[in-house]
Amino acid sequence: MKRKSSALSRIYTAVIMAFLYMPILVLIVLSFNQNKSRGAWTGFTFDWYRKLFTNRLILGAFVNTMIVALVSSVAATLIGTAAALGIHTMNKWMKKAVRMLTYIPIMSPEIIMGVSLMLLFVFVRTELGVPLELGLLTLILSHITFNIPYVIFNVLPKLRQMDSYAYDAALDLGCNPWQAFYKVILPEIMPGITAGFLMAVTYSLDDFVISYFTAGPTSQTLPLAIWGQLRRRVSPEMNALSTIIFVVVLVLLLVSNLSSMRRERRGRKAVRL
Amino acid sequence: MKKLFRLLAVCTFCMVMFAAPAGAEEAEFDEAYYGRFRGAGISINVFNWGEYISDGSDDSLDVNAAFEEVTGITVNYATFATNEELYSKLKGGGARYDVIIPSDYMIARMIREDMLEPLDFSNLPAFANIDEKYLDPEYDPGNLYSVPYTAGTVGIIYNTGSVDEPVDSWGILWDERYTGDMLMFSNSRDAFGIAEKYLGYSLNATDPNELRACAELLKGQKPLVQAYVMDEIFDKMVAGEAAIAPYYAGDYLTMSESNADLAFAIPKEGTNLFVDAICIPKGAQQKEAAEMYINFLCEGRVAADNITYIGYSTPNQAAFALLDEEIQNNPVSYPPDELLENTEPFLALDEETGRLMDQLWTEVLTTDQSYNKWLMPVFLIVAVAFSIGITIARRRRKIRDTLR
Repeated sequence: MKRKSSALSRIYTAVIMAFLYMPILVLIVLSFNQNKSRGAWTGFTFDWYRKLFTNRLILGAFVNTMIVALVSSVAATLIGTAAALGIHTMNKWMKKAVRMLTYIPIMSPEIIMGVSLMLLFVFVRTELGVPLELGLLTLILSHITFNIPYVIFNVLPKLRQMDSYAYDAALDLGCNPWQAFYKVILPEIMPGITAGFLMAVTYSLDDFVISYFTAGPTSQTLPLAIWGQLRRRVSPEMNALSTIIFVVVLVLLLVSNLSSMRRERRGRKAVRL
Repeated sequence: MKKLFRLLAVCTFCMVMFAAPAGAEEAEFDEAYYGRFRGAGISINVFNWGEYISDGSDDSLDVNAAFEEVTGITVNYATFATNEELYSKLKGGGARYDVIIPSDYMIARMIREDMLEPLDFSNLPAFANIDEKYLDPEYDPGNLYSVPYTAGTVGIIYNTGSVDEPVDSWGILWDERYTGDMLMFSNSRDAFGIAEKYLGYSLNATDPNELRACAELLKGQKPLVQAYVMDEIFDKMVAGEAAIAPYYAGDYLTMSESNADLAFAIPKEGTNLFVDAICIPKGAQQKEAAEMYINFLCEGRVAADNITYIGYSTPNQAAFALLDEEIQNNPVSYPPDELLENTEPFLALDEETGRLMDQLWTEVLTTDQSYNKWLMPVFLIVAVAFSIGITIARRRRKIRDTLR
């Protein structure tokens, strides 16, 4: 009885895995197809990879995407962590109210956020006279805006888990407030901050809707560039680029998992000692 | 073997291109004209369709890089997917563009709404290269605002393996023998255009009764249609998943490279002749540099490389003269004049007609889908029942375990 169910569950897992990874697999295979179309396999080639590195439009979009993702998530992590520290010390009702407010950008449809940010930028320029063109700056500003809540919600639970007297104890033992924060609180909440940062990078990388409304002529991101190709056909260079991104992410994940596994093992050894 | 040689040739050519990017071009372009802004640190923002400019692949000219080389002006290049997207970006008012390339009907609409800047033709010497046929078009009377960039027709692409009769009429799209083997445009304007031409109406008909007749015709076609698609046509036709599809002539040429069985026909009832043209929107801050860019696109060699990359037809005579003879004589790209006689451009529809067309199109797409009405509720009920069943089973097991 038991064996039968495990075979079934194995098949189920295989099907789900296939469902998740088949599209990526197809994309990787097609990035080596000589033909431009997905319909016909005419031969193996590295052409698309070579062309990718000479395609200014795609590379420019890729660079923009990376700049926006990194700058916006670093800024959002700083602001979000500071905000989480502040929220943590609020009284119960204020805390609830602020948490509610922070939820709103996450819950509301992206398109509303995109349109309202665009209207805000246009308003700032036309009514207030600030020379703020839609471009890289507005794009980064809007990505920071939608990234902050993710950081806050990753850091807050860590703060709650922390022993609330640790900070006071650090002060008692001779730390000044900055040292107490730097040496005691920060290491405690670091996993939350890292998780928030990574989440911000991810959301920023694949955001389309908000970027669509807030990007200008000088700041096209990768998702926008792919969208722009839809009238004719998505060029196979995109397959090549996606493959590279997928492989890089895979390697990064493997490295980080391996290193954390090693750390865990070392930690266990230390406990045993 | 031949293929291998060609590949090798391309490879070496690319290497040469890497080694000396656009080195020989300066002599070709008039320095007195193009050199005016050198060193001034000017940049222009260009907004074009995706995959719609030669980008240096396959030994062609990288147009933007060459322009920067020749003039010293920086090009910020961004792309859009539909005319409507371009329109809303401009209307939104947040971004500044200097050069845009909309299609004919969108140009007419933008002119009507005063969104385009009149061009200074004394600053566009290469405009003389444009074929007379494309001057003074209906969408831009007097050619005040636009310079034609590409042109093309809509026709029927079919697979000669499955269709052995000669195709010369839109009627084949209503032929029951090809049930499930045909594709159809998923955008309302092109789909209605086909019905309008088949019924002998104008592509810009505003009579509600004519539009309703077209909608009825399209509803009748629906059971025969495999799918309503746009760019999926490329893959489906090349792979032979469908036998007949109406689409743009230039894209047929791209498809036929991958599948030699495909053929193209312009129906005798007439069809749509579209033109995409270069314009400068109101609010452009570098108008003179933008005109320089337009002029550069009109240079014979640049336009020739562009059109080879895009695959559509060029309205530029100097470019036409530089093309391979094989392409010049290709009736798909450059159909004989008698076939073009019946063609008609799309013009901007008035708001009321546009709304009626959208509404009728929604009707066309949603008929015969009543069976779908029950699918979702049944699915939901099954899902709910399933999860309730799981919960009950689990609870029972828990009770049994605690009893034990």
